[in-house]
Amino acid sequence: MRCTFEVLVTLKAGLADPAGKAVETSLPAMGWTNVSGVHVGRHIQLDVEAPNEDDARAQVAEIAKQLLSNPVIEDFRILETQGSTERA
Amino acid sequence: MTVEAPRVGVITFPGSLDDRDALRAVDLMGGVGVPLWHADHDLHEVDAVVLPGGFSYGDYLRCGAIAGHAPILDEVKAFADRGGPVLGICNGFQILCESGLLPGALIRNRSLRFVCRDVYLRVETSATPVTAEMTVGEVVEIPVKHGEGQFVARAEDLRRIEDDGLVVFRYCDADGVTGDEHNPNGSTDHIAGVRNAAGNVVGLMPHPEHAVDPDVGPTGGQPLFASLFARALAGAGA
Repeated sequence: MRCTFEVLVTLKAGLADPAGKAVETSLPAMGWTNVSGVHVGRHIQLDVEAPNEDDARAQVAEIAKQLLSNPVIEDFRILETQGSTERA
Repeated sequence: MTVEAPRVGVITFPGSLDDRDALRAVDLMGGVGVPLWHADHDLHEVDAVVLPGGFSYGDYLRCGAIAGHAPILDEVKAFADRGGPVLGICNGFQILCESGLLPGALIRNRSLRFVCRDVYLRVETSATPVTAEMTVGEVVEIPVKHGEGQFVARAEDLRRIEDDGLVVFRYCDADGVTGDEHNPNGSTDHIAGVRNAAGNVVGLMPHPEHAVDPDVGPTGGQPLFASLFARALAGAGA
């Protein structure tokens, strides 16, 4: 079966997030003076061919660990895939 | 009298841009520059390997992330395991961190700005191929040019890096004094370059290959190449 996954990669808590800070700093000039804690991450979508969804998910976790994220500075989350699609 | 010239390989990845300068620097310093290709599994029997600066794979995903899994990295790792001298410059430093050959990581400059200027570096250890002929405390002037050069590491890694003397260079002033105003990117502890535990793999953000020709700027890169050549000819990694 083919499963679609989304992986969300975010900077580890406590690490400086210059991109998030840049976005946050631009908001007051646009009228939002009530926003803080802006963080910028990365979103990756992949289709995986595997015998079942658990197997596919385990492979995605491995891919996320080895390539999509850098464990020194980042965490990752595999998002619920809205109905991993089974295609003929 | 003939003096043997070391063969120094410079790897070109898609998006490398300082590979030609690195090869030219090797030649100017009296070595033999050997172009290497990222997709090959062959180091052409070089005595040392340089991973040059640039934007391999367009910095997609993270700087150096995809190049860190390039085919030739298998050979670089095997060469490094044998004790061969490996030098990563700028993007090459990022690639070595991403491939696990060096500790830590490099993130966006604290200023959010691309920085391009000459900086001073203080040598922190001579137990590496690129500082073997230098003295601890020596200061060299070398340019930096990068947007993502802020060195960070996990707390436990940082302790190990400091305690085990893995810091090779720190940003400083002309007298060797560190300070935030001399740190171009906000790197932790002013770290500009680190080595692996064995000492034969070194990465730094500044560009020694842009600092060997007195006609175009400072020459602080010369002693690094001289050291690398001496170490390479001593047969490390052969």
